[in-house]
This record gives sequence, C-alpha cells and structure tokens, in this order.
Amino acid sequence: MSDNGVPRESPVAVAADSGGTSAPVAQFQSVQRIYRMGDQEVRALDGVDLTFRAGEYWSIVGPSGSGKSTLLNVLGCLDRPSEGTYFLGGEDTGELNDDALSELRSRRLGFIFQSYNLIPQLNVLDNIMVPLLYQSHPPADGEERARELASRVGLGDRLDHRPRELSGGQMQRVAIARSLVNDPDLVLADEATGNLDSQTSMEILDLFDELHSEGKTIVFVTHEASVSERAQRVLVMGDGRVCEVRETARLAQELAT
Amino acid sequence: MRGSGIIASVRLGISSLMLHKLRSGLTTLGVLFGTSSVIAMLAIGEGASAEAQEQIKRLGSQNVILRSVKPAEDQNQGSQTTRILSYGLTNDDYERVATSFPSVGRVVPSRLVAQEARFEDRMVPQPRIVATTPEWLEVSGRLVENGRFLTKSDSVGAKNVCVLGTELARDLFLFKDPIGQRVKLGADYFDVVGTITPRVRFDSDAPGAGEETTQELFIPLSTADNWFGDMNVSRRAGSFNAEEVELHELLIGVDNKDNVIGIANAAREMLERFHDEKDYEVVVPLELLAQAEETKRIFNIVLGSIAGISLLVGGIGIMNVMLATVTERTREIGIRRALGAKRQDIVAQFLVETVVLSVGGGLFGVALGLAIPQIVQWYTDMPTLVTLQAPILAFTISAGIGVLFGIYPAWRASHMDPVDALRHE
Ligand SMILES: Nc1ncnc2c1ncn2[C@@H]1O[C@H](COP(=O)(O)OP(=O)(O)OP(=O)(O)O)[C@@H](O)[C@H]1O
Ligand SMILES: [Mg+2]
Repeated sequence: MSDNGVPRESPVAVAADSGGTSAPVAQFQSVQRIYRMGDQEVRALDGVDLTFRAGEYWSIVGPSGSGKSTLLNVLGCLDRPSEGTYFLGGEDTGELNDDALSELRSRRLGFIFQSYNLIPQLNVLDNIMVPLLYQSHPPADGEERARELASRVGLGDRLDHRPRELSGGQMQRVAIARSLVNDPDLVLADEATGNLDSQTSMEILDLFDELHSEGKTIVFVTHEASVSERAQRVLVMGDGRVCEVRETARLAQELAT
Repeated sequence: MRGSGIIASVRLGISSLMLHKLRSGLTTLGVLFGTSSVIAMLAIGEGASAEAQEQIKRLGSQNVILRSVKPAEDQNQGSQTTRILSYGLTNDDYERVATSFPSVGRVVPSRLVAQEARFEDRMVPQPRIVATTPEWLEVSGRLVENGRFLTKSDSVGAKNVCVLGTELARDLFLFKDPIGQRVKLGADYFDVVGTITPRVRFDSDAPGAGEETTQELFIPLSTADNWFGDMNVSRRAGSFNAEEVELHELLIGVDNKDNVIGIANAAREMLERFHDEKDYEVVVPLELLAQAEETKRIFNIVLGSIAGISLLVGGIGIMNVMLATVTERTREIGIRRALGAKRQDIVAQFLVETVVLSVGGGLFGVALGLAIPQIVQWYTDMPTLVTLQAPILAFTISAGIGVLFGIYPAWRASHMDPVDALRHE
C-alpha cells in the first residue's frame, strides 16, 4: 500500500473527534480490520479512533484501497473489527450476536450504495419498505412513510415501477428513500454518486444537504475533492489509518450563522 | 417476515419464482409426477384389492366352506363310453361335521342339481339349482327381496317350492311378478315362493355388492332327494357320463371369528381321515382375506418405495435448482442482510420458495393423480378406488420434500458473509 501517495510513516494516527457537544452516535476505539490470506495480512483498518456525533455531516476520502469501504462496513455493522471496539449509540457492538446486529441495521442504520442495490423483483414502494420488513416491531405507518419519502425524492408517481424501469439517478433516489424509511441514527453512503453524471450527482448531493439540515447524521465516502467539500468535516484515509481530519468552509459558514 | 408477513413472503416467493417461469415450471414436474403416480397407483391397487376383498367377504368371513371337487386323476380315465363317477362329500361327512361342532357352528348341506328351468316358453338351460336347507339363507348372509326363503315345513314336507335369485327371476319372468307362478325344473313343477338378492348382509354397501353373477334357484334338499336323486347325467356325442355326488357343499357358519381357523383345521383333518382321495376342498374366507391383506401390504410397500424414489428424485431436482438460485441471488441476499434481515429471515425466504415449488407441484400432482384413475377406469374397466388418505398423504409428503430439500440451500444463503455477498457480481 505504498503506491497510494500517503507516506507510510505518517504521524501517529489522528484521533478524529470534532470535540462537539452533541451525543456520540458512533465511536471507534483502536479499531483494526485485518484480512488474512494464507500467511499474508492486509490491514484494511489499522488502528482507527473516531467519534461521529449526532447531526454531523462527514465525508471520507482517500486513495483506492485505503480502507474507506471497510470503515463504512464496520460503521454499518456489516463487518466486525478484528481488534478494538466499536460503540454504536453507546452499545458495544462486539457484545452483540448476528441477530442483534441485524436488528441494529434495520432500526438504526441507513445504507446507500454506489450500485443502488435495489431488489429487482420488488417495485419502488416495496423496495423502500424492505428495512421495515425485518424490524421486530415495524411501525404501523410504515407504508405511509414510504410513500412520503418516495414523493420527497421525486418518485411519488413511480411507486409500482420495477427498478429496471428507472434511470440510475431515479434508482439512487429510491435507495435514499429506503435508507431513511427506518428513521436511522446514521446514514452511510459509499460512493453514492460514483455511477452518476455530474448533474444527477448534484441533485443527489442536494438531497444529502437537505437531510443534514434536518439534523440527520451522515457519513459518505467519495473520490472527488469537490464533493467532499459538501460535508462539514473531511476524513482523509490512508493505508487503513486516519491521516487527517479537516473542517470545511461549510462548517465555518454554519457556525457563523 | 413474522406473523402476518407469511402471506407477503409467499407472494414474494411466487414473484421471485415467476422471474424464471420455465425453470420453476420444469422444477415442479418432478414432484408433480411423483405425487400423481403415488395417488394413481394407490387408487388402482386399492380398487383391485377392494374388489378381491369384497368377493371374499361375500363368502362370509365367519364361514368355512367344504366343497366337493372332481378328483384330478380320474378326469382322463380310459375311453369308456359309459362311466359313473362317484366322488365328493357324503351325507356321512355331513353327519360327522354336524355332530362334531354343535356348539360353535351351524352346518348347512347343499347339492347342485343339473336341470333346465322353464317358464311358459322361456328356458334357461343351465341354471344354478341349489338344493339346501332353510338355514342356508342365514349362514350365507343373503337377503330376501320378495316373499320368503325356504322354510322348515318346506323341508319336512319335501314340498315342490323354489326361491329365485334376482337374475334368474328376470330372465324367466322379465318384469312379471314371479311369486305364485310355477317354474318347471326338468319334468317337475315348483311353486315360486320368493326371490333373494345377490347382496349379502356383511358390509352390504361395499362397492360391487348388488352385481349378480349367477342364475340361482333354491329348492329344499329333501325335495331334490325325492325327485332327482344323487345322479347328474350328461350325454355328449354318444357317450354317457354320470356323476354321483351326494353333497356339493357343506357350509359351516361359525358363531365367533376366533373359532373359524380351529374349525377349518378340524374339518380338514376329519375329511382327510375319511376320504382316500382329495375329492374335496376347504375354503376359509377368513384365511383368504388374510392372504389378500398380506398381498396388499406387500403391494403397498413396493408402491411406497417406487413413489418414495420418484419423490426423492423430484426433491433433488428442487434442491439443485434452489442452489443455483441462491448463487444467482447472492447480491439480493447481501442487500437484504445489509438492510436488517436476520439469518432466519433469509432461511424463511428461500424455504418459502422451495415449499411453493413443491406444494405447487404437489397440488397439480394431486389433480393429475385424481384424473388418472378415472381415465384408467374409463378405458380398461379396471376398478379404481381413491381413498381420502392417498391425496392427503401424497400432498403432505410433497410439501415435506420441499422443506427437507430446501433446508440446505436456504442455510447456505443465510450463512453468506453480507459484505462478500454485496460485492458479488
Ligand atoms: N474480503 C477481503 N479480503 C481481502 N482483502 C480485502 C477484502 N476486502 C478488502 N480488502 C482489502 O482491504 C483494503 C481496503 O479495501 P477497501 O475496499 O476498504 O478500500 P477503499 O478505500 O474502499 O477503496 P476504493 O476507493 O477502491 O473503493 C484493500 O487493500 C483491499 O484489498
Ligand atoms: Mg470502496
């Protein structure tokens, strides 16, 4: 991993915490994620300390292979740390079994993927409602919420369309609606605009901004520097470590108002 | 996927299967043919054995029947043009049998008389004329249709009376009431006093009851002794054959099923002692019934194995397709897991699909399985009998096959790593 431009001997990993006052939503304590293949070891995450607080708006950047997706997967309880501890909403996820993690995903987390990942045999409305399907106590107004979210992302008139009848941008809007249907504590997006043209990307990012202004906690991974500046804070990954945490102009602007 | 979600998950399962209509359809064929062949084979087997059992039951399962049989070695004897063959049960046999088991059975003797029957200008050349005693009705289990059966006073007085079976009554009298008419047997006239049905008292509503096969007519044994003697004469192409048989049948009505075998064995022993050659047979309907049941049991085992194998093949087909489906839908599994599906939810989802496939196959199989016996019966006159258990059993097994063979693919699906599954192309 030395070809990624980040010096291996970069300063001791940065402990990323905005030092803000709101409650921590997600917290990493020296998290490592190590892939072992035979006698080879890949440290996808190599000692990460992080705190994401409620209402914060983060972007993660870094060269390919630096561990951005791995970080997001651990944040989303899809993957577990090999070492270290991950607290989600004050709960040590290391203590939880597979079922409890699944329940956490369905209640507290929202995912948006680069390749949309809608279920092909379900229509728009049913796709949006999938996370509710797996909650042990699904809300009574689930369908109503799903309809509202669909109109909010501009697809109120496409409820019974199948994913293959939608454009990429529309599919990603469905995915966003789906990520919000369970009113998550944390919305995670991995290169959500990676497959979209710049115009559509802007529309999606405008949606993110809107969510942020409503107080949602958002963490998104991106390749593009310009896109990362949309967030309040930028986390720069390199070689499985946090290289830098930078506040953006947006934060300064928000603090000023 | 809980509680009320069952309908939703079945609907989802169906819509997933409909993405590959041809494949899903072909997959159900294995179970379809397995199920339908179970039902069809059971129906045909049941039909055949029900008919056999009915015939045996009509003999009376509490009866032991001793019959005269023409001894085998005498049949091609010599080339004489005149011979008198004397064989079979004798009146002495009757006395011995009757006095041996007075407490457990009634013994009814009967003899067949070879005469033609006439009424006005209609003639039946070879009716089955049974000369017997009044107890015959009770022991054989037959039922009177009109009038009465033979009575004690008919016997004692050796009266010229007769009772007709339904078929002979129809053949001789057409639609006329035979009672009070006179039938001519050989050279003598007999008053018709009643008719009896072919139906028996023992399980009279069984299929097949009510079909008459013989042109029967009953007269008192004492009358037959007076008029016809023991000699049945037949003349053919210049040769003269006579058979002398004192009694054609001794019907023993046993009071209790438990005693039937004992009495049958005692009767066998006794006849063996007094007969030099085997000019008799002992028919025990209860033993025949047991044999028929044993045959049916073996038949069912063979059938069950064949059906089991065909359903097994169907099940393996389903499992094969489901394994392919799981691999194909790895991505979907990853998505669902990421959105909060537990392992058990994934298991349920794929199990539902397998069960939908096998139950679908099972349902069509039951429909086909119910149709086949009808078609067979239509074309071959083979009796078939669809019992309620057969479709239920077949259907349950096919659904069970779905669960059994769905477990492994579903388990595989549920144990995929979510991150790997999401990355799957
Ligand atoms: N299942 C796996 N087995 C082995 N190594 C893996 C696995 N998943 C990821 N890695 C390794 O972990 C490291 C981090 O991968 P990750 O996907 O997090 O990178 P990334 O920052 O998201 O890159 P990109 O920008 O290309 O998406 C890489 O070196 C990768 O090869
Ligand atoms: Mg990545």
